[in-house]
Amino acid sequence: MALIEFSNRGLYCPPGDFYIDPWKPVNKAVITHAHSDHARPGSAYYLCHHLTKPLLQARLGDNNYESSGWHEPISINGVKLSLHPAGHIIGSSQVRVEYNNEVWVVSGDYKTENDGISGAFEPVKCHVFITESTFGLPIYTWKKQEAIYSDIRQWIMYNKAQKKTSVLIAYSLGKAQRVLNAIAPLNETVYLHGAIYNMHQALLSAGLQLPAVERITPDTPKEKLRSAIVIAPPSADGTPWMKRFNPYSVGVCSGWMQVRGNVRRRNVDAGFVLSDHADWNGLLSAVKATGAEKVYVTHGFQSAFSRYLNEQGLWSAEVKTEYGGEEETDETIIKEEA
Amino acid sequence: MQENDDILPITALPQTGFKAFAMLVTTLGTSTKTNDKLDALGKYFNTAPAKDRVWVIALFSGRRPKRMVSSTLLVQWCVALIQQPVWMFEECYHTVGDLAETIALLLPETDTLEGSGKSLAWYLEQVSRLEKADEADRKLFVVNNWLEMNREERFVFNKLLTGGFRIGVSQKMMVNALAKSVELEPSVIAHRISGNWNPATTSFEELLSEHAATTDYSKPYPFYLAYQLEDDVSTLGEPHEWQAEWKWDGIRGQLIKRNDQLFVWSRGEELMTEKFPEYEVLRDLLPNGVALDGEIIPAVGGQPLPFALLQTRIGRKNITKKQLQEAPICFFCYDLLEYNHEDWRNNPLTERRAQLEELVTKAGHTALQLSPLIFYSTWDDLIEIRRQSRDYYAEGLMLKRKSSAYQVGRKVGDWWKWKVDPFTIDAVMIYAQKGHGRRSNLYTDYTFAVKDGDKLVSFTKAYSGLTDKEFAQVDAFVKRNSLEKFGPVRTVKPELVFEIAFEGIAASNRHKSGVALRFPRISRWRKDKKPDEINTLEDLQKMLLLYGQKTVG
Repeated sequence: MALIEFSNRGLYCPPGDFYIDPWKPVNKAVITHAHSDHARPGSAYYLCHHLTKPLLQARLGDNNYESSGWHEPISINGVKLSLHPAGHIIGSSQVRVEYNNEVWVVSGDYKTENDGISGAFEPVKCHVFITESTFGLPIYTWKKQEAIYSDIRQWIMYNKAQKKTSVLIAYSLGKAQRVLNAIAPLNETVYLHGAIYNMHQALLSAGLQLPAVERITPDTPKEKLRSAIVIAPPSADGTPWMKRFNPYSVGVCSGWMQVRGNVRRRNVDAGFVLSDHADWNGLLSAVKATGAEKVYVTHGFQSAFSRYLNEQGLWSAEVKTEYGGEEETDETIIKEEA
Repeated sequence: MQENDDILPITALPQTGFKAFAMLVTTLGTSTKTNDKLDALGKYFNTAPAKDRVWVIALFSGRRPKRMVSSTLLVQWCVALIQQPVWMFEECYHTVGDLAETIALLLPETDTLEGSGKSLAWYLEQVSRLEKADEADRKLFVVNNWLEMNREERFVFNKLLTGGFRIGVSQKMMVNALAKSVELEPSVIAHRISGNWNPATTSFEELLSEHAATTDYSKPYPFYLAYQLEDDVSTLGEPHEWQAEWKWDGIRGQLIKRNDQLFVWSRGEELMTEKFPEYEVLRDLLPNGVALDGEIIPAVGGQPLPFALLQTRIGRKNITKKQLQEAPICFFCYDLLEYNHEDWRNNPLTERRAQLEELVTKAGHTALQLSPLIFYSTWDDLIEIRRQSRDYYAEGLMLKRKSSAYQVGRKVGDWWKWKVDPFTIDAVMIYAQKGHGRRSNLYTDYTFAVKDGDKLVSFTKAYSGLTDKEFAQVDAFVKRNSLEKFGPVRTVKPELVFEIAFEGIAASNRHKSGVALRFPRISRWRKDKKPDEINTLEDLQKMLLLYGQKTVG
């Protein structure tokens, strides 16, 4: 019997009788991270990392939550479970499952570069690795974070010289905080869209250290926003809410900006290739570091990535899941943030 | 923040040579505002070396160097360099939707962001030189240059190599920026850069000098283009102030005779004289110093034939006797731009028309026809006449103000095209493919089918007509409802119904359905219809009988 099965409710561990990131309500859910495609409502019990708990509370409301730190073994029906940093967003964790001397690891979403906020991704030795593949094609290779941060800062300074407001589009959980760090060296007030501000408050109350910010409200005087720096979620892009910043320039921060067609489709002034997912080389090095004999590939370019691994002599198969989306337009997030 | 006032984004730092050109292309390809594009072009024209400026004018007006290497070879060299399987390259290509960009993204990132330092002209001269070199030399040139370029440069370099150079800037925009830079009128620039010139041997000064325009005998005038009339025709004012003609479905052309030579230009500024031997005879029948505007169109006895017959001639070098007999190409002229070596474009249309009629009558040859005027007294008459357009193989009507001058480019006001409503048919989507350019990584290219009894028969592809939001919805549907995992084409569950609009229909034995459509596009998503409510193959065949196959003569 497989230690983890791919059921129509999500990844299921039969001996432990729990699910990992289920997309339908279940009795026991282990949650890798707080993005809405991995953390869904309706389950009776949630287990997640300490830093993920307040985010789940903010997004899913009051539920039966239990939280744990990294590397702390938990026993569920005789199955040994532990969480390990995934480097994707704040609190994001890989789930290690051990039973009868067999070890499986579910990656959730991850990135291999340390962003200084999410905890550094840690390869976990296992027999079977279940990996994401959001950017599982060799066209996706990222520049070093500091180089992208510097591009963002230069773009802001350029806009300033043109007397334009810089509106940076970033997901409210994860990306927005990285962007805040990127522009901190400029020592300027950063204005946040309400949705990002709410997330910001939730993170502060979870004990995170973040730069000071100001919330944009209908009363924020327009003069204060002139030539200023604004961070807004994708759902705000192209809405009348943006009009208050005129004249402004829009820069989208997302891994999808790697391909110019996507930049043109989004009709933005600048695209910054800043992703919370591993790039091609990151995925390959992560897979290798686990020492796994078998690799299941989920959401993303799973067909291509899994075929590539097979041709490299590593047993691999693709798995259909209902994850994926927070790098694209996520309807749930939009509703939440509206 | 004072000390930071001179900070510019990387893309605005002063650059020279090929790097400056690569940045220009990046800016033009991504900026969303016309003014930003004009600024970028203007800055380029003010700072780039003269030789590079000439090449930019050439590239942005469709004068590209010949392809020195096939895409297949480029892909081979690229996969060998990056040590990836060919199927992986193809997966990447289908996601990116652009070959030049796929290669640029796959090649290993160089440490030096300095770029090559060579000029645009240098690369283009090498490209022309290597056209006749053997494969090993060409490979060496390409691979060595890849390795010393940054990503933007590689992309632009590959674009130059693969020949396609559409990067989101129109010739008109380039002309406007150039006009501002050299302080001349855009219409003057448009004329001077038209015609037959070689960027490798023409200097910037020569190209823009008044003198050159008078020594190039082939030089065409910029075409005057019309917008579609969207409002009620009565908004144009008095019917008698307007002239109506059929809007032909051929190739817009300009026929010139100067210095005892005949030249035929297409609207895309392609010299087509050799392609249509039917016109040769006109060289002896027309006086020197004339330029005619008209339609290149097959016709017998003054009756135009379907566009499909013209298509059989395009791109063909050897023309059979049968073709010359059954579908001889005529020139249906409707305007006179030059007469007796004088520029007539500012004379009123009625005057130009009268002189044109005299000229055509004097020439007296079937290869040169007058596009007839349509007589009417009220707008209601004209509305009725427009309905019969398809019976004349016309796409609708052209309305031209009798007092109008012949202007440059697409202008509102004096000339209007007034096309008839397209044909429509309801069909179901059966295949999908990822798109290109701004539709990269989205399923936006679809194949449609009609019913034939219990079966579905594919009959056309269509790429346009949906909003971005609708494309995103269809994309999500395709991803959930497709069979294959690899390769470009996805077979999808026949569930989504669309109305397909098209301008014409012709018999075709290359298509399973037996018909080929002209300008097919999606006119709307019929969410109200189920797949069993779509049109049938019989419906298409009826259309073909009615509008597709009038026998010659």
